[in-house]
Amino acid sequence: MTMGIHTRIWQEEPEADNPFAARAAYCRGYDVYGELLGQIRWVEMLALLFRDEALSKAEADLLEALAVALANPGPRDAAVHAAMCGGVGGSTSAASLIAALAVGAGQNAGGREVFLVMQAWEVCGTNLDAWRQWLTAPAPDEVSIWPAPQHPPGFDPHGVSTATPVKQALACFVSLNSSARLAWLEQQRAELEAISGLPLALSAVAAAALADLGFTPEQGEMLHLLLRLPGAAAHALEQRQLGHKKFPFFTIELQHDKIGDQA
Amino acid sequence: MNPQTLLEHVGHLKTQMGACFVGSRAVFRGHDLHADLKDMEWVELYVFGITGRRFSPEQLRLMQAIWAHTSYPDARIWNNRVAALAGTARSTGNLGIAAALAVSEATIYGRGIDIRAIEFFIRAKKQVEDGGNLAELVATELKQKRSIAGYGRPIAAADERIKPTMALAEKLGLADGAYVRLAFSIEEILIGGRWRQRMNYGGLSAALAADLGLTPQEYYLYLFPAFLAGMPPCYIEAEQREEGSLFPLTCAHILYEGPAKRRWHPAG
Repeated sequence: MTMGIHTRIWQEEPEADNPFAARAAYCRGYDVYGELLGQIRWVEMLALLFRDEALSKAEADLLEALAVALANPGPRDAAVHAAMCGGVGGSTSAASLIAALAVGAGQNAGGREVFLVMQAWEVCGTNLDAWRQWLTAPAPDEVSIWPAPQHPPGFDPHGVSTATPVKQALACFVSLNSSARLAWLEQQRAELEAISGLPLALSAVAAAALADLGFTPEQGEMLHLLLRLPGAAAHALEQRQLGHKKFPFFTIELQHDKIGDQA
Repeated sequence: MNPQTLLEHVGHLKTQMGACFVGSRAVFRGHDLHADLKDMEWVELYVFGITGRRFSPEQLRLMQAIWAHTSYPDARIWNNRVAALAGTARSTGNLGIAAALAVSEATIYGRGIDIRAIEFFIRAKKQVEDGGNLAELVATELKQKRSIAGYGRPIAAADERIKPTMALAEKLGLADGAYVRLAFSIEEILIGGRWRQRMNYGGLSAALAADLGLTPQEYYLYLFPAFLAGMPPCYIEAEQREEGSLFPLTCAHILYEGPAKRRWHPAG
């Protein structure tokens, strides 16, 4: 039974007087505190944790733009709403972030949706017929912990036309990085929307960017979860300060209630 | 769905599940919680909340036992370790235990296996009733999915939880349902074949639950607190001991296998 942790991400050298204190820490061979600190961009460090090779300048620009696009889904988003439920009641900071992660993990605008779209990129590439087949195939009926999908991943189930920020993000990402998937997505957006019958969602743009950056679906899911947390944190703290009297509670109507009053 | 449908839901919830009328009453699936349901035990209320159905005292006793028999206060086990690490890191008990429960929704154990196990039993029983051959079904499942949820065990071959759970089920008159018999028939096939796998606790629990009439989703939600009772002891002990003293790792415990040391060149 092993007692050590196998990793190709991290290496530490101990201080001479304490085996539990690191004198130096290396991330994939780079001295983190001795060399990277002050030189590396945050998004470069973020990528380095997931892959051996450093990002190129164009790749780092794309990841940074993606991080900005995802930083705050806004207070109407279910994940941020969940974080605010933590904040308004004075729950711990971690609870607010856990709430945002749990809700933001899902197949409707969440991490799982990004995962599924990235899986589709692996299967379909830039082949429109393959996407047509994927988008029109019946949802797999395999039972899992995830609820049955209700819409084709990467599209807005309530949308009428492509939301302006989705188009802006896609155009910005393409201008920063002419990698295959993003450029193809921009060219084929209208066609893909016609096939699915729904407008493209930000999750699809994020998935294409993450795939173009070389991340796997699992890595893309993690990064999407992570990069959406700043807004959740900020909105949770803001609601804590504003107090519960200013936070919506909504009305409820009980169906089949014996008494039938409203709360 | 479209924006019009969403607009109809703005600010208002229509529900059949329940509501709290502060200062007067609380309704739980159409019943007054403090009047109609006032004598319900917690487990009864919990499964009533999930299924909307009532269960007999024997069935509820078995459901509680399925949770209890897999509640191990062993801080080495991955999900329990999360609760214990929260204790040693001086985080809160609620955060540690909530995270430990979230971690229990794993692929190779816990909820990920549980929902697959009950789904397979329900599917297999129907196919056998429709004239299918169980041995062929098992072989096909193994070929397609490489494993059958509820059989084999990542750490050990024998499962110590099966005997006491079956003993209780027998005592309660709940050990001879169609799904339990099917589960043991599948075990016979797996032991007799080249797979040499025994049924594990996940398999037995899923079969017992299927005999109680639970659907895969009901079973999945019912099992949420399955490991819970073992978690607080892990947190408590770690919290009571010297901070940071649970499973400390020296720098040498990191077994690095990545690229050699190299110089950083900022991207131009």
